[in-house]
Amino acid sequence: MIYRGKAIKYGDNINTDVILPGQYLNLTDERDLAAHCMEGIDSDFVNKVEKGDIIVGGSNFGCGSSREHAPIAIKASGVSCIIAKSFATIFYRNAINIGVPAVECPDAIDEINEGDILEVDIEKGTVKNITLGKSYNATVYPKSIQNLINVGGLVNYVKSIRGVN
Amino acid sequence: MGKAITEKILSDHSEQKDFKPGDIIDVKVDFLLTNDISGPVAVQEFEKMGDGELFDNNRVAIVLDHFTPNKDVVSANVSKTMRDFAKSKGITHFYDAGYGIEHVILPQDGMVKSGDLVIGGDSHTTTYGALGAFSTGVGSTDVAGIMALGTTWLRVPEQMKFVLKGKPDKWINGKDIIVYIISKIGTDGALGKSMEITGDGVKYFDMDSRFTICNMGIEAGALNCIFNFDEITEIYEKNAGVSNYKIYKSDEDAEYDYVMEINLEELQPMVAAPHMPSNGRPVTELSDVNIDQVVIGSCTNGRIGDLRTAAQVVKGKKVSPNVRALLIPGSREVYLMALREGLIEIFTESGFTVCSPSCGPCFGGHLGILGRGERCVSTTNRNFVGRMGDKSSEVYLASPAVAAATAITGKITSPTEVA
Repeated sequence: MIYRGKAIKYGDNINTDVILPGQYLNLTDERDLAAHCMEGIDSDFVNKVEKGDIIVGGSNFGCGSSREHAPIAIKASGVSCIIAKSFATIFYRNAINIGVPAVECPDAIDEINEGDILEVDIEKGTVKNITLGKSYNATVYPKSIQNLINVGGLVNYVKSIRGVN
Repeated sequence: MGKAITEKILSDHSEQKDFKPGDIIDVKVDFLLTNDISGPVAVQEFEKMGDGELFDNNRVAIVLDHFTPNKDVVSANVSKTMRDFAKSKGITHFYDAGYGIEHVILPQDGMVKSGDLVIGGDSHTTTYGALGAFSTGVGSTDVAGIMALGTTWLRVPEQMKFVLKGKPDKWINGKDIIVYIISKIGTDGALGKSMEITGDGVKYFDMDSRFTICNMGIEAGALNCIFNFDEITEIYEKNAGVSNYKIYKSDEDAEYDYVMEINLEELQPMVAAPHMPSNGRPVTELSDVNIDQVVIGSCTNGRIGDLRTAAQVVKGKKVSPNVRALLIPGSREVYLMALREGLIEIFTESGFTVCSPSCGPCFGGHLGILGRGERCVSTTNRNFVGRMGDKSSEVYLASPAVAAATAITGKITSPTEVA
């Protein structure tokens, strides 16, 4: 799977409280959540985000609360994938489970500028910065995690184990 | 080569025995918990997974603690969703509004115990490591998957060891230890790793302080944070009415990727300044900061030991006229103990407002939200931008003793200056 989109860039330690502030955690509809995506750090995000965009983070992206509302809001905003130097453990699981690839690519991050066009190849483990004409190696998922992604996330995986259609 | 406690517990819960850090293993889950935040989304996902029976309706807890007693119609409907789900699935461990905070009640009532592998739909599930259990947080879809299968996958963590040495000052709480550690290693210093707290100094920390330390292991990014089983754990388990626990301890020759020694003799009360739990500084360096609100409570510091310490500081004194002081006992049982011991009277006489057990304002839910530019000293666990209210508000994380002393003076204050 290859994702192509423009970069929306943030710094290190972007926590799930700023991605989706706690006051909205009683919402469950993905459109309601998307309306508040990144509200704690970037009130302009909801205006500038376009379908297919790629969020770029520094180290420890998605740290803090386990709220799945954060990656749900990001996905429902139209973001195709997230790349970062590193991800917090729970956010990383949540993103993969709901079908938003979280790709670690420490070498690419510092050179990316807001608005650069990026191309992320999940299977090959590469990130291309089309704007700069450069390519970087990303971390390839372990086989079992790649399988989870290939079947379309945890819901489909559990259905296959339980023999549910 | 010996094994660390975390490796032993993982090994006993997995069919894969020959694993190393970084490997992905499947594990059997002893106990699963969810709440009124991760729960509603988990219920949706569980239905998508084909609904049906839970893996074990006696090993799943649902605790309504975040937006309860319900702050609005949306929250009331969310609680109703969870109440109906618990009833339809025959979930035995269902706890409605007011019973307490998940991470306080699960060990208190003996639902989770030493040696267990516990997964929770809440990042502070790391708390139960204090019992010598493996515990970690996940999101809603993982909760749904475990409801269905009773198993999940984990990435085997690297092992980090924090060795406590010497005897601490009487006001030092588990909070000071963990804030100090995070100030040294950073919010990603233990990313995906296991933090083991050990050394001769652990004997000075009761279970309440140990829960506090493990609770905030996640603030350094840890997968889990854990203590070895000892006499203090044993007494706690007996008092909780638990007998079928399993004792785990690290081998003498276990190997660690990282070791830090902490000299308790030199440790001062610590305060984590905005806006990261890693901004820990000795309380004396922040003594000129004026405060609008003080919160004592939460899954981090809402246990009876925390209330006793805070009451010792405020007894016979009045809360500063410039401060709104809130006390939120972590559970109904903690509330009742505090009532019987006369602590509620001490707090109320001094000017604290006592709220019903819940997560309160910790995550910006309700009961004490901060306005523009307001500052709060809180015994909670996170001080991110906007965590407790307005984006321009500030949260300083501290122990119950420091929070209590601050409530009296209206400025960040060491308990030694007041008590």
